[in-house]
Amino acid sequence: MSNVLEVRNIEKYYGNKSNLTKAIDGISFNVGEGEFVGIMGASGSGKTTLLNCISTIDRVTAGKIIINNQDITKLKGNNLNKFRREELGFIFQDFNLLDTLTAYENIALALTIQKVNPHEIDKKVKEVAEKLDISGILNKYPYQISGGQKQRVASARAIITNPKMVLADEPTGALDSKSARQLLETFEHLNKKLRATILMVTHDAFTASYAERIIFIKDGKIFNELIKGEDTRKQFFEKIIEVQTLLGGDLNDVI
Amino acid sequence: MLFKLSIRNMKKSFKDYAIYFLTLVLGVAIFYMFNSLDSQQAMLEVSQSTRSMIQLMIQLIGMISVFIAIVLGFLIVYANNFLINRRKREFGIYMTLGMGRRQISTIILFETILVGILSLVVGIFIGVFASQFMSILVAKLFEADMSEFTFVFSKDACIKTCIYFAVMYLAVIIFNTLTISRYKLINLLTAVRKNEKVRMKNPILSILVFIASSVLLGYAYYLVTGGVYELQTGDELLKPILMGIVGTIGIFWSLSGFILRIIQTRKNIYLKGTNMFVLRQLNNKINTNIASMSIICLMLFMTISALSSSLSIQSALDSQLEEFTPVDVNLYKSAYLPENYVNSYTKQTVYYTEEQREDSRKPVSYTLETNGYDMNTLKDIVEIPIYAIPEWTLKYSLGDYYETAKIQFSMLTYDTPESVIKISDYNKIASLYGIEQYSLNEDEYIVLCDFEQMVDIRNEALKENSNIQINGKTYHSKYNECKDGFVFMSTSEMNAGIILVPDNFEFKDEWTEQYLLVANYNAETEEGKQEIENTLIGSGDTELFENLQEKGITLDGTSKISLEEASKGLSTIIIFIAIYLGIVFLIASSAILALKQLTESSDNKQRYTILRKIGCDEKMINKALFRQIFIFFMMPLALAIIHSIFGIKFILSMLAALATPEELLPSIIVTAIIIGAIYGVYFLATYLGSRNIIKEEE
Repeated sequence: MSNVLEVRNIEKYYGNKSNLTKAIDGISFNVGEGEFVGIMGASGSGKTTLLNCISTIDRVTAGKIIINNQDITKLKGNNLNKFRREELGFIFQDFNLLDTLTAYENIALALTIQKVNPHEIDKKVKEVAEKLDISGILNKYPYQISGGQKQRVASARAIITNPKMVLADEPTGALDSKSARQLLETFEHLNKKLRATILMVTHDAFTASYAERIIFIKDGKIFNELIKGEDTRKQFFEKIIEVQTLLGGDLNDVI
Repeated sequence: MLFKLSIRNMKKSFKDYAIYFLTLVLGVAIFYMFNSLDSQQAMLEVSQSTRSMIQLMIQLIGMISVFIAIVLGFLIVYANNFLINRRKREFGIYMTLGMGRRQISTIILFETILVGILSLVVGIFIGVFASQFMSILVAKLFEADMSEFTFVFSKDACIKTCIYFAVMYLAVIIFNTLTISRYKLINLLTAVRKNEKVRMKNPILSILVFIASSVLLGYAYYLVTGGVYELQTGDELLKPILMGIVGTIGIFWSLSGFILRIIQTRKNIYLKGTNMFVLRQLNNKINTNIASMSIICLMLFMTISALSSSLSIQSALDSQLEEFTPVDVNLYKSAYLPENYVNSYTKQTVYYTEEQREDSRKPVSYTLETNGYDMNTLKDIVEIPIYAIPEWTLKYSLGDYYETAKIQFSMLTYDTPESVIKISDYNKIASLYGIEQYSLNEDEYIVLCDFEQMVDIRNEALKENSNIQINGKTYHSKYNECKDGFVFMSTSEMNAGIILVPDNFEFKDEWTEQYLLVANYNAETEEGKQEIENTLIGSGDTELFENLQEKGITLDGTSKISLEEASKGLSTIIIFIAIYLGIVFLIASSAILALKQLTESSDNKQRYTILRKIGCDEKMINKALFRQIFIFFMMPLALAIIHSIFGIKFILSMLAALATPEELLPSIIVTAIIIGAIYGVYFLATYLGSRNIIKEEE
């Protein structure tokens, strides 16, 4: 299995010499093709910074991030935008759908800005809508559909470009538990059936339990790593809770 | 401390202030320019009689300035309101820090005063320089001598501008204080950019409304151009105006939905780049701004028509003037005065002295000679009597058509006798004027008329039956229509009817109504002619005038010089007022559009953030923004230009001026430059401002 993402000893510092904040302090890990990886951590742990660096929104201070054999820390300007457009798909906590556009148009927009031939767009949008079970709402506006449907439209938008990797930032954060479960099942489906590589940032243990592997981050460092392996989701969930307890209540703080 | 904060705020939000400042500066500059007209150099160089026209113009501009000030006042309050709304959060933070409403009002007061003073200084500075250019325009219009250039600064205009704008700023301050006092802290802090609800229209309805509006506009266009002769009264003009307004609103109501619908079916355009997003944005924007788009479109329409047609009036009037003033002077007086007559309005009986009656039985040259006028100053003299036969009235001329005419044109006086001239007398004048001469058989007559509406009426009558019985003989019209021709000079086609009869027509002496003398001045140079004009028509101090006044003899006159000055003065007044109003309307519409767009941009910041997140680079986003603003600005302008094509045609046909396209072209170019410059500056400022707004971090 080849690696889609290789993070090699990256660091991200904020501030100046006299007051230095290490948001990321030497993190390395790999994500293989077709993997579903979760990143967990409390707020302030550096998980969002990590995601921003991977998604090329932010730049690292040191280290390398290699996506699909390309060192993205060396990309600049337009190449960076092009890379983001073509190799990555994004799913955000607050959906980020354009309220003036229908669901169909929101999905198609991801292709049109890549200058895909207009004649192929229609077919592709319908295909992906079929897979995510949103064919019936394609002509509706975001304000006419539920949160779960919105997030599935956003997911369709993220995967329609066939990205190397889908980055999801707290995808269930704005959903009720039923919609969240449906969405996560969709993710599972994307991952298992469509072989999509997913990197998901979350602080919610239930959401994380849908991943195959979880990387825990604390104070800018990798704290632990859990692999689901042959466990059922319930067992995996309990393991996550255990690590979270460890993470939350730092023994050093108590002693 | 508060003052310091104000200055910092202004520096920080300079780009937000750009549109506000631009509007203020332009307003001040225009206001100064037009109110300083009287002290401009060109004005000091013009002739005495033109001077009185200028006085009238300056009075008019003074009155219009009050209206302009009200328009600008509303505009400034509106623009200021935009700024305050953008800063709600900032005020909220001040309030949480414990600042009172009074202190916040003080901060804004400082800011308003600062911006006010700055804009006054910059505006007057620009106005002073621009008015030097306007001086050149004035000089050209009045043909004043501008060989020596002096720089003019008008203190009066400057003070007037300051006072008017100080009042406007005061209104802004009061408005701001009221707004602040109504704010609630919670609303200030949570004043996040809202996304207005997406309003969708039924596409089929949109298409229907669009077609209906287009038809309505098309019909209104037809009414004011092709069918313009059917428009006889002001009331009828109301119809195309109303249709135009309704059509314009209808177009803006339906246009975006209509275009969206059409482009949606063309997938290769719709599904390309950010087109989809731009179209949807526009659709939303236009749908929420139908009223203001329509008003702006109509204001632009007025600006374009006023500017381009007023500038071409001058050349049109000039060429007409040339045609209708073929000689230097017309002198005329009433002939065969009765012993007394009853004034029909005052019901008083007017008695004429024997001296007056004696003079009225002699031609004009007799009056001139006997009252000490030097006849050597005149040459090419032609004198004719003009007759009025009591029973040959307009009613009699019209014959059977009178009944129809009376209902349609109730304003005409049908009992007035027609003016009748012997054919040989007319031909003498026509020969001097260089216009067409006519010939008649014994039982014929000809009607000369060039006043458009009268021509229509008379032609109807002549078509039906033209037989006239006078002196026991029957006469019939040689032609079944009116012919061109005139005897009295004027600025345009004003001859409502003259009847030419054969030379052997038997006139009674007492039918002589007027004596007319037509002549040229016996001088080669302009100065020489002006000198003769002064001795002949100059009031008060000439020998002729004193003698005539003593005897109570009335001698009327029209001269080429006075007609030229009147016409020039008229067209100049029209031009200046049109430019003044036009530019202010232009500033108002551009500023409103700009502020609408900026409000929109800050409300829609979120949407651009989303575009950025899904992988659009800055270049694509800026392009999308540019297109959107460009189309938003062009839409009202485009419709206004289409309106104006017909509007200008209408104005020109109303003025009966035959301006050829070549004559119109320069004024259209000038109009385009003025509009392009002001509209363009606002467009650019809006684009840059919006780009700045959407770049801001949330």
